[in-house]
Amino acid sequence: MLEVSYILSLKNLILSRDGKKLLRGVNLEVGDREIHSIIGANGAGKSTLAYTLMGLQGYEYEEGSIIFNGEDIAALSITERAKKGITLAWQEPARFEGLKVRDYLAIGAKGNGGITEEEIKEALRKVDLKPEKYLDREVGEALSGGERKRIELASIITMKPKLAILDEPDSGIDVVSLKEIVSLIRALKENGSSVLVITHREEIAAASDKASLMCEGAILRSGDPLEISEFFKNRCIPCDNRVSPPQVV
Amino acid sequence: MTQIKLNALSRETEDITAAYTAAGGDAAVLHDHGLASLVVSGNKVLSANGTEGIVLEKNETEHGVDIKLTIKKGYKIPLPVHLCFGMVPKDGLQEIKMDFVAEEDSAVELIAHCTFPNAEKVIHKMEAEMLIGKNASLKYTETHFHGPYGGIQVLPKAHVTIEEGGSYYTNFSLLSGRVGYLEFDYSVDAGKDSICEMVTKVYGKADDIIKIFERISLNGENARSVIKSRLAITDNAESIFRGITEGHAPRARGHVDCMEVIQGNAKAEAVPIVRVDNPLAKVTHEAAIGCVDKKEVETLMARGLEEDDAIDIIVKGMLA
Repeated sequence: MLEVSYILSLKNLILSRDGKKLLRGVNLEVGDREIHSIIGANGAGKSTLAYTLMGLQGYEYEEGSIIFNGEDIAALSITERAKKGITLAWQEPARFEGLKVRDYLAIGAKGNGGITEEEIKEALRKVDLKPEKYLDREVGEALSGGERKRIELASIITMKPKLAILDEPDSGIDVVSLKEIVSLIRALKENGSSVLVITHREEIAAASDKASLMCEGAILRSGDPLEISEFFKNRCIPCDNRVSPPQVV
Repeated sequence: MTQIKLNALSRETEDITAAYTAAGGDAAVLHDHGLASLVVSGNKVLSANGTEGIVLEKNETEHGVDIKLTIKKGYKIPLPVHLCFGMVPKDGLQEIKMDFVAEEDSAVELIAHCTFPNAEKVIHKMEAEMLIGKNASLKYTETHFHGPYGGIQVLPKAHVTIEEGGSYYTNFSLLSGRVGYLEFDYSVDAGKDSICEMVTKVYGKADDIIKIFERISLNGENARSVIKSRLAITDNAESIFRGITEGHAPRARGHVDCMEVIQGNAKAEAVPIVRVDNPLAKVTHEAAIGCVDKKEVETLMARGLEEDDAIDIIVKGMLA
C-alpha cells in the first residue's frame, strides 16, 4: 500500500459565529507538494477556512484539529504559524502606504536568512512585473488591483513557504494573466511548496493535483479536480434552492 | 554678501554640528563652500555661505536671528541650500524671523534641520514670510529633532504668498525623539496657475502635544493645492489637525488629506475644512483616524513578523 505524506490534515473543524456554524466539521488532507483546489459557491466558507488555517483574529475554531507537518498548531499565533511555513495570500491584498515593493518582498524571506536584490527581481519577473518599474514603488494606492495581486504572489515566492494558501488569486485577473497564475502555482510546487488554492476558475482547478468541493461550511467531496469541477458545475444544487444542508460524500 | 566660515575648532560649532547630524543632516554640507548654507545656534550665526544668485542677510537679536534670503530673478539654484537652526543647551529661547523671497523665474530648494538634542526647557519660535514670485519655485524641507526629554515648545508660523505660475512645496517632519509641544501654523495665499503642496509628518509619544493648523486660500484662477498630513501618536500623546482649503477662483482645485494612526491612550482630532465661493472651483477632503489596519498587520504577521514589528513597519511606512 502506498504511504501518503500529508503536510496538512484537518479533522472535524468547527467554527461558529453569532450562533451560526461557518465551518461545520471540515475534514481535509493536503499532500506534500500537492496543489489542492477548494471549489465552492460564494458563501460556502472557503475564505473562512483559509483565515482559520492562518489563525487570523476572529477565526478561532472551537472543535477539531489542524495538524500541520505532523504538529497540532491550534495554539500557535499567526506569526508562529508563518514561521512554521504557512502563509496566506489574501483575495484583496492589503494596502501599505509608504512601504516599497522591494522592502515588502524582503519581509517574508527574513525567516530564510534574507534575500538578495536579484532574488527579489526574479520574484517580480515570475509574476510578470518589470523589476525596474516596480522595485521602488509603494505597495499601495498607486498600483492597480491586478498589480497588487501579482506583488502579493511575489511575496509568497520570496517567502518559500511549506504551505501557501491562496485565496482566489484569479479574482480581478484577466484570462491572459490567468495562465500566468496557473504557471506560478505550478512554480510554487516545483520550489517545494504545497498550495491550497481557493478558486472559482476551472483553469486553476484543472491544474491541481486534487480538488475539494466545499458547501455550507463543509467539504462535500474530494478527488480528481476535473470530476469535482464538473460536479460543482452541473450537479451541485444552488444553495438558495436547497431545503436541507448537503450531506458529505 | 559677507561670508562667515564655519570654525571647525570652536566648541559651539562642534556641538551644533553633532546636533545637526543627530537631526539627520550630513554635516559635511555645512563645511562645503560650494554649497549655500546657514548655521544658527541660539542667537549666533556660526556660519553663512552664499552662492551666485543668493543674497543672504542676517542680524543677530537678543534671543535669535533675523534672516532675509533672496533668490535673485531668473536664478535656478542647482544644489540645495542647507539651513541649520538649533540650540545645544537644555534651556533657553530661540526666536527666528525669516523672510524668504524667490524672485520671478527663480528656483531653489531649501533643506532645513532644526535640532534641540538636549532640550528640557526650550522654546523655539519661528516666524516666516515667504514670497514666491511669478513662475518661481520654492521647495522647503524641514526636519526636526528634539531629543529624548520632551521639554520643548516649537512654534513655527509662516505666511506664504505664491504669485502667478509659482510653486511651493513644503515637507515638515518630526519623526524621531520626542515632539514636546508643537504648534505648526502655516497659511498660504495662492495666485493664478500656482501650485502648493504642504506635507506634515509627526510621530508623537509619551505626553507630546501636536497641533497642526494649515490654511490655503486658492485666490487665483486654476490654482491647485494639496494639504497632506500623516500623524502617528502613541502612549498619552494628543493631536489636533485643522486643514483648511478655500476655493475662491474658477478652476481652482484643492484637496485636504489627513490620516492619523493612534495607539495606547493617545487622542486625536482631525478637522478638514473646505470653503468654496466660486461655482467653478472644487475642493475635496478626506480624514481618517484609527488604529493600525488589522489586515496590514495580519499580512505582515503571515510573512513571519511579530505583531509589534509589523505595526512598526506600517507606521514608519505611513510616515515615510
